[in-house]
Amino acid sequence: MRTNVLRAATALAVATLGLAGCGGTSSDAATPAPAPSATAVAATLTIKDPWVKAGPAGEMTAAFGTLVNDTGADVTITGAESPASPLELHEMTMKDGKMVMRPKDGGFVVKSQGTHELTPGGDHLMLMKPAEAIEPGDELSFTLQLAGGATVPFTAIAKPYAGAGESYDPGHSMAPMGSTAP
Amino acid sequence: MTSRRHLLTGAAAAGLGAAAGAGLVAAADGQAPAPAAAAASTTGTAIVPFHGPRQAGVAEDPPAHAAFVALTLPAGTDRRGLARMMRLLTDDAARLTQGVPALGDTDATLAPLPARLTVTFGFGPGLYRAAGLQPPVADLPKFRIDRLEQRWSGGDLLLQICADDPLTVAHTQRMLIKDARPFAAIRWVQQGFRRSPGVQAPEHTQRNVMGQLDGTANPRGAEIDPAVWNDDGSTTLVVRRMRAEIEKWDILSVADKENAVGRRLESGAPLSGTLEHDEPDFTKLDASGLPAMPDFSHVTRARVTDPTLKLLRRPYNYDGVPNAAGHPDAGLIFAAYQKDIARQFVPIQQRLADKDLLNEWITPIGSAVFAVPPGCAADGWIGEQALT
Repeated sequence: MRTNVLRAATALAVATLGLAGCGGTSSDAATPAPAPSATAVAATLTIKDPWVKAGPAGEMTAAFGTLVNDTGADVTITGAESPASPLELHEMTMKDGKMVMRPKDGGFVVKSQGTHELTPGGDHLMLMKPAEAIEPGDELSFTLQLAGGATVPFTAIAKPYAGAGESYDPGHSMAPMGSTAP
Repeated sequence: MTSRRHLLTGAAAAGLGAAAGAGLVAAADGQAPAPAAAAASTTGTAIVPFHGPRQAGVAEDPPAHAAFVALTLPAGTDRRGLARMMRLLTDDAARLTQGVPALGDTDATLAPLPARLTVTFGFGPGLYRAAGLQPPVADLPKFRIDRLEQRWSGGDLLLQICADDPLTVAHTQRMLIKDARPFAAIRWVQQGFRRSPGVQAPEHTQRNVMGQLDGTANPRGAEIDPAVWNDDGSTTLVVRRMRAEIEKWDILSVADKENAVGRRLESGAPLSGTLEHDEPDFTKLDASGLPAMPDFSHVTRARVTDPTLKLLRRPYNYDGVPNAAGHPDAGLIFAAYQKDIARQFVPIQQRLADKDLLNEWITPIGSAVFAVPPGCAADGWIGEQALT
């Protein structure tokens, strides 16, 4: 019994390792089109467990997940795009004794061989103004832009979520990070 | 397709996160990789695979605790909405059953001990109608013994949540309901229990709250397939809430109780035999020249020998709060899986309704039927065959 349990856990880890290698990136071994050299970096930056907080049209909401950098160098995410909404990279910070979110200067840096969590109450991808309602169960496309020009596309499922209703402090940054132009 | 693959990659990667993440942390800290608790007990860490051609939670030995959650779809629900709901709920189930928090799980600390958690989805007739499809299951005919209450009957979607730990069931129920409620309202929830893990060997037949061994004639092992599974991996489920009239049952002598059931209370042996698994002999006469197996007994009336006509019973006891007079609110959440409700379940229930002495002490107060769609692959979701 115990062996079975351990074996199941191991099998799970192996299976998911294999899948994670080809998930959320634009160039895995099976992709026929030759990728531009810049995406060589992107190939090993992945996002794990992406999801979006569902919400009505026009209302800010956010996307979360875990950025995983399997490369030997730090990777900086400079921006993000989605057909669903203009996006900003946000962080949470204390202002006047209250947690507020604001655009993150310099983007998200994912350390070499490290991970970077995007969570409610922490760094996240802010959907500034969704054109349409984001319904629970919808699947939304995103593209992360990396310093150096590579991109990482991924799909996130929308979930009903009561939290992540952070206050926004747009006045902080002089220039929004990444591509927020609609 | 692409997006579905991505979603499932996410689901699969969650497992990676838990396993590989733990490994990385352990390596960094130079600690032993396995938590000490896992060495002491495997009940909490035991995992039932979620993905496959058939849904889990049917053929496995039933875990100790269950919640049956039935939901009602609002008018105007369409197939697209149902697909969104089932993608979301499938993703939750795929993670939680493997001991991984659901996406956006606000109580992620409750996920790591799945304790053989299974989540099984059933579709009621109303779900198919909402999708514009012909329902493959129909409500049961009315039986004269029925005293059905609305609050325990019907349902468009069923979540059968089973685990060997009640806290795991509670967390899973909470998470699934949070993700289901944008689409559907709670119709009823029935929570039940069996013996705890380790109390008896798994192959032992369970006792119900009336003290009877319950499930002796259940198909086992290779007998399950011909009774339960259709070629496409689907099956059907009947959930009936059977109130036990325990105050009346208490009045009976042991011999009267055994006559009503057709089995010895202690051993579960048929009254014609000596061991639990002896085949009942309906021709055998007792000392007084009467059939040893009374023709009004539950076992006699429910008897089926054709292996394709058997039911796979997967019942759970319930025991609510007694009333002011001390009368219990207890009974059985009778859950039966079979290929075909009309061919297998209805004839047996009809025979029991027509004549079964046990009817004096059990009252059906809830009833619901569900089609149980096939399982899904890691890049799929439950219901995809019908809803896409």
